[in-house]
Amino acid sequence: MLKIRNVSKTFNPGTVNEKKALNNINLEVHDGDFITIIGGNGAGKSTLMNMIAGVYPIDCGYIYLADKNISLLKEHQRAQIIGRVFQDPMLGTASDMAIQENLAMANRRGMKRGLRWGITKEEKEFFYKTLQRLGLGLEDRMTVKVGLLSGGQRQALTLLMATLKKPKLLLLDEHTAALDPRTAHKVLKITEEIVDEQKLTALMVTHNMQDAINIGNRLIMMHEGRVIYDVKGEEKKRLKVEDLLKKFEEASGDVFANDRMMLG
Amino acid sequence: MSILLAMQGALSQGVLWGLMALGVYITYRILDIADLTVDGSFATGGAVCAVCVVNGVDPILALLLATIAGAVAGFVTGFLHTKCEIPAILAGILTQIGLYSINLRIMGRSNTPLLKSDTLFKNISEMTGLSSTWTALIIGIIVSIVIVAILYWYFGTEIGSAIRATGNNEQMVRALGVNTSVTKILGLMIGNALISLSGALVTQSQGYADIKMGIGAIVIGLASIVIGEVIFGQKGNFAFRLTSIIVGSIIYRIIVAIVLQMGMNTDDLKLLTAILVAIALSVPVLISKRNQVAMYKKLTGKEE
Ligand SMILES: Nc1ncnc2c1ncn2[C@@H]1O[C@H](COP(=O)(O)OP(=O)(O)OP(=O)(O)O)[C@@H](O)[C@H]1O
Ligand SMILES: [Mg+2]
Repeated sequence: MLKIRNVSKTFNPGTVNEKKALNNINLEVHDGDFITIIGGNGAGKSTLMNMIAGVYPIDCGYIYLADKNISLLKEHQRAQIIGRVFQDPMLGTASDMAIQENLAMANRRGMKRGLRWGITKEEKEFFYKTLQRLGLGLEDRMTVKVGLLSGGQRQALTLLMATLKKPKLLLLDEHTAALDPRTAHKVLKITEEIVDEQKLTALMVTHNMQDAINIGNRLIMMHEGRVIYDVKGEEKKRLKVEDLLKKFEEASGDVFANDRMMLG
Repeated sequence: MSILLAMQGALSQGVLWGLMALGVYITYRILDIADLTVDGSFATGGAVCAVCVVNGVDPILALLLATIAGAVAGFVTGFLHTKCEIPAILAGILTQIGLYSINLRIMGRSNTPLLKSDTLFKNISEMTGLSSTWTALIIGIIVSIVIVAILYWYFGTEIGSAIRATGNNEQMVRALGVNTSVTKILGLMIGNALISLSGALVTQSQGYADIKMGIGAIVIGLASIVIGEVIFGQKGNFAFRLTSIIVGSIIYRIIVAIVLQMGMNTDDLKLLTAILVAIALSVPVLISKRNQVAMYKKLTGKEE
């Protein structure tokens, strides 16, 4: 499904701020994989997501998605088949536009946008039903501007928008990090439901190790721009948070180097 | 009597220049880009229209050609901004400066009078027997209604929604598979097309095009927008907001007519407009800061 071959990325090369964010990454993601990604601050998790989504160009290597070489495609071209939810709830939706307008734009992912009316009657009914299933009461506020929603509501909406047209790949970069624990839990549950129901292939970055263990079928740990640990199936299910912490210590040669890593 | 005449003139001027303000609104408010092409593209509209009319082109066709010329100017700014990644303000300035020479080339001199040529305004005035100010007002209103209707429709379509969203949250629009370079260029083209159309209409109504006619147009456009927003608020549906900007443009012209009647020098007008816009843009900020402090004092009480 997704194949990453020898991908590296260095920011600000040749300056004092030079930073090798991705160091020869190789990764094969299979159809239907739901992979959680953990790693300390600056490990390169977001950079990996951004490279796949095409936010910045990669320095070298190949990225294949659905048997297509997308290494040189632009962000908006890749977005035809990639759904994304960002860490910042502000980034995923247009705050001055209504809930239904946001959904209507998402519903045209991968389609040519022409002079047809921006939202149809059938769509409104479809959105009503889809929102209803979120259980947040948003279905009765479809004409309300998104700017009036809470962060959690916005993340749930963004999630819906990212998956409204089934994407070949779903990228979630700490999409619950800005939410309070209860809301985060709810959004995570919705995430699992949607991924399960649509049989999506997804990558999810999280700092919560328990979540990383519980959710999905495969777990990847990153450190200094490399994948240092990759488990799946039964082995992953049997993991304990302590195991992950130990793995992390081994890799970094550092005892509990990272406060955020310890959470969870 | 003279004040009444001045008011009539203000009304028709306000409507014709209102289309320019709509163009500024599209880039400044919808696209969230401060586009300084305006001063150039307004005069381009005038220049193209004047040269066409002088050479016997049908006055309505001349308006259309001027509109297209504006769209091309907007495209250049958009191209410089999106493809060459020049900051929007600078891209607009570059186009504006370039257009100054181009406008001179188009006209071949700095002023093109339309004394002996047919204009839309002259033709209709002769046909109906109405005075030139009334004709200008009626033509302005009809064109405005048509333009507002077209904009209302366009910004409700799929591509129009994408343009609106681009001004709101570019990153999201790209993440939904839209090329934001295209939406920005389209927005700049539409905005400058309207600005040129306005320049062409003003040219036909005043009977000449002048190389300097666009100087300060951006500030006049902003003045119309802020006046419209102060009076009617930023709420209401899209057609209402567009209309409120045209009304803002009319009110701006009325203010100008009044201060001129009161004996103000025309040369000082630009300063007055600039001050007006600066005040209108800063007052909401100052008020909200003051309210913040007032609320703090009220909620916190006296220092112990
Ligand atoms: N646009 C950029 N310009 C320069 N350096 C960058 C840029 N983006 C990331 N980096 C650097 O690359 C490294 C990896 O950053 P990245 O954001 O991928 O880490 P992360 O694993 O997502 O960390 P976190 O858990 O804090 O989100 C960091 O050292 C960061 O400073
Ligand atoms: Mg990150």
